[in-house]
Amino acid sequence: MENINLTEIRWHGRGGQGAKTACMLLADAAFNSGKHVQGFPEYGPERMGAPITAYNRISDAHCDVHSNIYYPNYVVVVDETLLNSVDVTSGLHEAGALIVNSKKTPEEIRQKVNGYPGKICVVDATAISLETIGKNFPNTPMLAATVKITNLIETNKFLQDMEESLKHKFSKKPHLIAGNIAAFKKSMEEVLVG
Amino acid sequence: MSLKKASLINTNSTWQEVTLAGEIYEPSTSLLFNTGEWRVNKPVIDWDKCTHCLLCAPYCPDSSIPVKSGLRLEYDYMHCKGCGICANVCPVNAITMIKEG
Amino acid sequence: MARKDKMSGNEAVATAMRQIEPDVMAAFPITPSTEIPQYYSKFIADGKVDTEFIAVESEHSAMSACMGASAAGARAVTATSSAGLAYMWEVLYIVASSSLPVVMAVVNRALSAPININNDHSDSMGARDTGWIQLYAESNQEVYDNYIQAFSIAEACRLPVMVCQDGFITSHGVSNIELLEDSEVKDFVGEYMPADYLLKSENPLAIGPFGVSSYYMEIKRKQAESMKASMPIITEVADKYAKLSGRQYSFFEEYMMDDADIALLIIGSSAGTAKATVNLLRSEGKKVGLIKLRVFRPFPRESLAKAMCKVKAVAIMDKAESFSNSGGPLFSEARSSLYDLPNKPYAINYIYGLGGRDITVEHFCEIYNDLFAIIDSNDPGDVYRYIGVRDSRFK
Repeated sequence: MENINLTEIRWHGRGGQGAKTACMLLADAAFNSGKHVQGFPEYGPERMGAPITAYNRISDAHCDVHSNIYYPNYVVVVDETLLNSVDVTSGLHEAGALIVNSKKTPEEIRQKVNGYPGKICVVDATAISLETIGKNFPNTPMLAATVKITNLIETNKFLQDMEESLKHKFSKKPHLIAGNIAAFKKSMEEVLVG
Repeated sequence: MSLKKASLINTNSTWQEVTLAGEIYEPSTSLLFNTGEWRVNKPVIDWDKCTHCLLCAPYCPDSSIPVKSGLRLEYDYMHCKGCGICANVCPVNAITMIKEG
Repeated sequence: MARKDKMSGNEAVATAMRQIEPDVMAAFPITPSTEIPQYYSKFIADGKVDTEFIAVESEHSAMSACMGASAAGARAVTATSSAGLAYMWEVLYIVASSSLPVVMAVVNRALSAPININNDHSDSMGARDTGWIQLYAESNQEVYDNYIQAFSIAEACRLPVMVCQDGFITSHGVSNIELLEDSEVKDFVGEYMPADYLLKSENPLAIGPFGVSSYYMEIKRKQAESMKASMPIITEVADKYAKLSGRQYSFFEEYMMDDADIALLIIGSSAGTAKATVNLLRSEGKKVGLIKLRVFRPFPRESLAKAMCKVKAVAIMDKAESFSNSGGPLFSEARSSLYDLPNKPYAINYIYGLGGRDITVEHFCEIYNDLFAIIDSNDPGDVYRYIGVRDSRFK
């Protein structure tokens, strides 16, 4: 059997926070660095604030599997309050990592996730977003932290790609480009691994 | 092989011979259909009484009263169904309905 | 020259549609196919295509408008899902029975009740006897390739084609894809030149006449012949497409079947998950295989039966109930196709994935294990089963 070097990532967020968008952007960025990608959300009725899940598969060759991801290498939690209601570390590989948007320390988070023994990474994505973009878009810093921690994409290449795609997306709102790029960089610097 | 000409297709035609989806590739194919056979009573005109007022022609529901140069002509008995409207509207009683057969 | 990109299945269909540039698109939005008319409307608004978009008030009208446009001589398309397809029902038959080559993208979704927006095959499987050719796809790549081939098939056979993909799983899942150049697609589908059409003034035509009992059955028999005649055309188009794209399609794909003892027969995106299961079990030395059906209408009865006969037991997977108490639609047809053969495999039906219920590698392992147990014991047990459903008997 061919080894496709598969990495599976599960995103937890709330409707409206952009977890799905971050998931799709990660797929784009990984594609641009020559990977085979899947990016797909678990769909249901669209309800602002309801817990949502999105998934990425990133590999060196085509991946056939079309099911959801139950044993991820990485889990990204865009909204810390989900730790109270969702079993975010379910199936998470011990050699992988949990990445959470939080002001807390990794050890404080570990208490809330049944003592998950793997790496726990935290970044205050909400504060970074408010500071750099001026609004609460925690998905932008969370995407950057995920790129940094997973090491799937070379970070400079990622930043270049994102700048290109933001130029395209915000061609009529150029002031948003610098803020987003600053959010990416700051998140990569501040993400704390514990 | 399917037949394209409507006049060649009839109730003996096989599935290979009928057209795809029953399409009809020419206009006015209803002329081929002898609805005159449905007639029980037949209109007969008394040319001595007819004034060529032409009231009968537009009343005919089957377009079976031809008109040419301001004069009505003999019935198109292949398509006249014998409804009797022409006899009913004729102001000079020139049309009589008689039993077929 | 192939162009590598990444996009969702819906975007892939809209992209193929843009490259083909049909004359008329009539559509009413419904999840999860909404993005197809949405992307396409943008292509029209941006001046990238010159297609008449008819915004209708229902799917019944969408299909009626396609029928009118196609009868008039236009290349006509639409897209729909679930209740939208159900609402087209009457006109689906009329389009097929009038031999009009409409192409419809179907993004498969469950039917109500209970209300559900997720994937299964109830919608298009319910429409399996309307006289449409049906192509199913495993991935965004396959739905793109099927969509382009659909026009050549439809126009050569004079039958409408449904190009189906799994709602959300491929329609909204982004993954890698290889696109053809616009000019390659345009050349492949060519200009639509029907022999007869309503707006051809030099050759008056009547479509959809009354068919009294003395003609109706001959006309239906002829329609059945069109479906039969479509089989070699589907192969020819696939071969021609393979020369262009390097991707060869057939009525079904056999995966690791040559020396297999047991196999699955499956349609759509879950075939990918099943292939991963085959790889896993093969690495443990187990001789398992898979058949993925691409063309459900016309049903490739003889060749499929022959392929299934390579193994001792086959699990036939249905992502739709038919409430027949005899198994799902694929099971009924595939199993019936085995009847005339002397050495047939055990054929077991599994209903799976209704209303978006996920099916995983672990589920497929369980099915293959069931099949091994059946050939060991020579006892098929109940041949009409469910997988992935909570059941008090097995708690």
